Amino acid sequence: MNEAIGQPTRLFSSALPHESARMHVAGSALFVDDITVAENTLYVALVPSEHARARILSIDTSEILASPGVVAVFAAGDIPGANDCGPIIHDDPILAEGEVQYVGQPILIVVAETYMQARIAARMANIEYEILQPVLGLQQAYNQQSFVLPPMRLTSDGVSQQLADSELSQTGEFRIGGQEHFYLEGQISYVQPKEDGCLHIWTSTQHPTEMQQVVAHMLERDANQVVVEMRRMGGGFGGKESQSALYCCATALAADLLQCPVKCRLDRDDDMLMTGKRHHFAYRYQVGYAPDGLIQALQLKMLVGAGFSADLSGPVATRALCHVDNAYFLAQSDISVYCCKTNTQSNTAFRGFGGPQGAFATEYIIDSMARELGLDPLDVRKRNFYGRQQRNRTPYGQVVEDNVIHELVEQLETSSDYRQRRQAIAEFNKQSTVIKKGIALTPVKFGISFNVRHFNQAGALVHVYTDGSVMVNHGGTEMGQGLHTKVVQVVAHELGIAVERVRISATDTSKVANTSATAASTGADLNAKAAQQAAQQIRQRLIALMADRFDLEPERIVFAGDYITAGEGVWRFDEIVQLAYQERIQLWSDGFYKTPGLSWDMDSLTGNPFYYFAYGAAVSEVAIDTLTGESRLLRADLLHDAGNPINPAIDLGQVEGGFIQGMGWLTSEELVWNEAGRLMTHAPSTYKIPAVSDCPVDFRVELFENRNVKDSIMRSKAVGEPPLLLAFSVFFAIRDAIASVADGKINPPLSAPATGEEILAAVDYCKERRR
Amino acid sequence: MNTSSTVRFILDGQIVELEDFDPTRSLLQYLREDLHRCGTKEGCAEGDCGACTVVIGEAVDNRLQLRSINACLLLLPMLHGKLLITVESLQAGLSELHPVQQAMVDCHASQCGFCTPGFVMSLFALYKNQQHPDRDQINDNLSGNLCRCTGYRPIIEAAERMYQLPAGEGPAWLYREQQATAEQGLLEQLQRIKPEHSLAIDHAGTRFFAPTTIAELAELKQQYPEATLLAGNTDVGLWMYKQLRQLPVIIYLGLLQALHGIDDSGSEIRIGAMVSLSDAFASMADYFPALGDLIRQFASLPIRNAGTLGGNVANGSPIGDSMPALLTLDTRVLLNGAGGQRELALEDFYLGYQQQDMATDEWVEALLIPKPADDMLLAGYKVSKRFDQDISAVCASFGLLLDSDQRINHVRIAYGGMAAIPMRSHQAEQVLLGKPWDEQSLELACGAIADDFTPLSDLRASSAYRMQLAQNLMRRFYLETAADMQDQPLKLLDLAEVSA
Repeated sequence: MNEAIGQPTRLFSSALPHESARMHVAGSALFVDDITVAENTLYVALVPSEHARARILSIDTSEILASPGVVAVFAAGDIPGANDCGPIIHDDPILAEGEVQYVGQPILIVVAETYMQARIAARMANIEYEILQPVLGLQQAYNQQSFVLPPMRLTSDGVSQQLADSELSQTGEFRIGGQEHFYLEGQISYVQPKEDGCLHIWTSTQHPTEMQQVVAHMLERDANQVVVEMRRMGGGFGGKESQSALYCCATALAADLLQCPVKCRLDRDDDMLMTGKRHHFAYRYQVGYAPDGLIQALQLKMLVGAGFSADLSGPVATRALCHVDNAYFLAQSDISVYCCKTNTQSNTAFRGFGGPQGAFATEYIIDSMARELGLDPLDVRKRNFYGRQQRNRTPYGQVVEDNVIHELVEQLETSSDYRQRRQAIAEFNKQSTVIKKGIALTPVKFGISFNVRHFNQAGALVHVYTDGSVMVNHGGTEMGQGLHTKVVQVVAHELGIAVERVRISATDTSKVANTSATAASTGADLNAKAAQQAAQQIRQRLIALMADRFDLEPERIVFAGDYITAGEGVWRFDEIVQLAYQERIQLWSDGFYKTPGLSWDMDSLTGNPFYYFAYGAAVSEVAIDTLTGESRLLRADLLHDAGNPINPAIDLGQVEGGFIQGMGWLTSEELVWNEAGRLMTHAPSTYKIPAVSDCPVDFRVELFENRNVKDSIMRSKAVGEPPLLLAFSVFFAIRDAIASVADGKINPPLSAPATGEEILAAVDYCKERRR
Repeated sequence: MNTSSTVRFILDGQIVELEDFDPTRSLLQYLREDLHRCGTKEGCAEGDCGACTVVIGEAVDNRLQLRSINACLLLLPMLHGKLLITVESLQAGLSELHPVQQAMVDCHASQCGFCTPGFVMSLFALYKNQQHPDRDQINDNLSGNLCRCTGYRPIIEAAERMYQLPAGEGPAWLYREQQATAEQGLLEQLQRIKPEHSLAIDHAGTRFFAPTTIAELAELKQQYPEATLLAGNTDVGLWMYKQLRQLPVIIYLGLLQALHGIDDSGSEIRIGAMVSLSDAFASMADYFPALGDLIRQFASLPIRNAGTLGGNVANGSPIGDSMPALLTLDTRVLLNGAGGQRELALEDFYLGYQQQDMATDEWVEALLIPKPADDMLLAGYKVSKRFDQDISAVCASFGLLLDSDQRINHVRIAYGGMAAIPMRSHQAEQVLLGKPWDEQSLELACGAIADDFTPLSDLRASSAYRMQLAQNLMRRFYLETAADMQDQPLKLLDLAEVSA
């Protein structure tokens, strides 16, 4: 299975700029809020709950209605169909009914003539509540057995015995925080009612089909009455996979009831108060291991902060469970996951989708074991890597067939001078009493495909017009990740034409039906394959035509460089297209793709959920200030496996961007709720994503020479999510730096995010115990 | 009073005149909703993300001064007499991209593209204002722009590459060559719209005044004692767009020449209340180089370009980052009003949480900063979750003089984030007076800080962490000034890898 590994074969690959780059920099790329609206457009603002848990006793909207410009107010009772926008479980009301379940939960839709009028009026609701005791915090939820879904457990038979038998063992607890998506473009929808009960929706979403479905259910319409169109998002990161639904529904409801175009653009604070985030986790573990650091058995309990409803917490928990192993063979394991229901925002998809939280656990545990053993954590990591032929079965039963972690880590260890730098850092720390440095190398193995088998399908349409220009439409959405650029490149390559000839139109549910969310890093894997298939069909038709017309052997006909050649014969692409049109050859085609060989049993939590794995590793060197807890990333070396990249520039962008985003999650991005359950960090003034100075001055990023052993699109690998996990190296370098105040002998009780306060507390812990 | 209600500014070579408009409308709303120039984006509407960055030009000493500004925090009348440059302006209607834009494309510096126009404008200001910026300068110029996709590396690369690309075919002032000549036309145009009269706008229940003389201001303040005094709108803007407060009367101080200007009288520096933070800090960095790091960490460049030192002080936020250093320097506040001018120590200006010793008919006219003795040991530190554009957990400043016996004969210790107002630690100062600046004195002073303050716990820091920071920052000051530790880094900024 590994014959392709190490062969530096480059297939088609080109570092073209993003298809919208020129429009981005010119400010002419249109986002939903930039679309010219109809003159009679009305604007929506939502009235949020002021309490984490309360019964609604009465709602008085008279002041709202008297406010200037207000046209209407709608409540749950105005919804004709299902008051639900939950993606899987139907526990997600569009508007709260009877009881509110978190601070910020939308209760009313206020519609006014202007955006500001709607926002001003939305503050005038008089709602009487009977305040109930909220469930806040993972431990409280766990103690009360408050879950949104039944717990999951994946366990092997011998784990208890092995834990008892292991020579060494360690127990511990740690936490990891959630993360706000902070897409620069907030949630937004614009809806125009059309004839015969139909609606046209422009919305910033990763999942147009789901938006179509929830709106149809809400209004009791057929799916064919709702068209959802999406050209580009100003960032998604998972936050617009399921959670664009509520705002889309609210807008559609108002537009339909008033028969008027309506726009809803959330103010940033409302967006952050209302929408879910990355799930925060709390971990408790026991690990049994050998003196050389080999893990013999791991028992891990993960409490997952789901928030008030299930949303995507089930699949997030599943992915977490399937990534606890990360790059390591766990001979015996017992992993349980509890999706805790609390009276807070309903947490949702976020780049990595639970995978990072799962993998973080074992990284933390290995880091802690290494310190106890007095070994370099890198050596303990390597000791536990999956084997090639043996020790290659994951806890969920899939065999790892494409393992490149050994050579990848070796290459990075050398290119980053890891060992020499660790030595130099030890020397530095001896001399430096206030500033301490730390270093860590952490690996990534990330499973690619949706865990749910049937999501792994995609469709595309390719139209060739008679002038030789090409229009592509597919089910994937563009959120900045460069999906459209890759699809353009693939289609241009298949037809042998310049990329300038190929245009991608907005994702549109009336063109390609029943699409999956653009998520799980699968956007290009699925949609580029579908588009490739469509383009290949057109090419086959042109070949057949030419073979017939010019008496050519089909195998000799080559499509390249905007020309079609066969031996001596040379034709322009558009020339043959014209000919085909005259000959009544179909110049457009659909394409369809489904990922082969997947299986997943939701009851036993086993199967082959992933088509392949993506790998990577990173070395980070940090400095901390032991007086203030401040930290800085000084240098980062990343090496990431994107297979044979379709577009290395775009893939590098995903690697770097994912790494910095992951670093933010683990360092400065702290979500703080007060005792009443109100989120206090609901704007960029209080919630701090990485800024420009957080990008290390010394930043070395490379793609690992590899090609996918599976028949993925152009043998590339998905690259959206996996690089986020490279940021673990920053967190563990910080932990390494902290440990240096006690000569690396004490495990700093550091949880994420490693804010200054968290770091300083851990520094003081180590200082107190070193004596 | 001779007034006008017409606001004039220059956009794309044309003089735009605004009449009968809502003066509380932000430039961002105007661009997007009225002009349908949608390149400028709204990401947060509070000046923290930079997606709405535009560049504003003014004639200063017969040169064109260009500065990046957050359009979400600029009220339309504040544009009066200025040049407005948006992302659409850079292409000047041509199909070719401006060097800044082209560099961004070449470096793959956009992913989702939503923050991109804001970055382009910050880079444009940098491109016009600096020749070969180093990494610190690039970072500083981009400190107000958030990107969630790229991780910044390609944007930083574009900031280097843009200088290597040739000028385009647009108006010469868009490029770098022969700037002085290229700007002449614009300077003349700016001269033509130079505000001569005060502004008085009355629109649908909102009154907006921009007096040009102190006498007019005094009159307005008497007439409308509850009027909101507006300087840079970096805080008042939030009252309007976030708290949705309606401000019936606004008096904008930007047209008052008397409140501009920095004067050096020999013994002290007088900074007019309307001097931007950027200008105030530029000169403070000259006089008090020890405060340089603190200044770099103050908000973001666009906020420093908009906000004023007078506004920061008058607003009196407990976490205003200029005040601890100003307290250390024994700054005095010059107030003016119906009762005439009066001076008081900055320390006495703050009475309680957002309560200042200032009558409703008074305003801050200037800040008077005495020049410290040459041998004063001085420092300013800020600790926040993020280095760029964050609000302090604790901001601290220390000033200390030793007599010939190496005993402390003058000491100032001041903090932000530790109390309801920016405050000195008098007990710690008392403890130190007359003592040698040694470890024993330091520890006594650290203990005394705990007697002076009971800080709050909030989303930025716990009370305990704040106290620890207050003490540890004094320890850092000690290590930097007294201990024999110059051979090692004492803060992250001392590392060569950080300040490249």
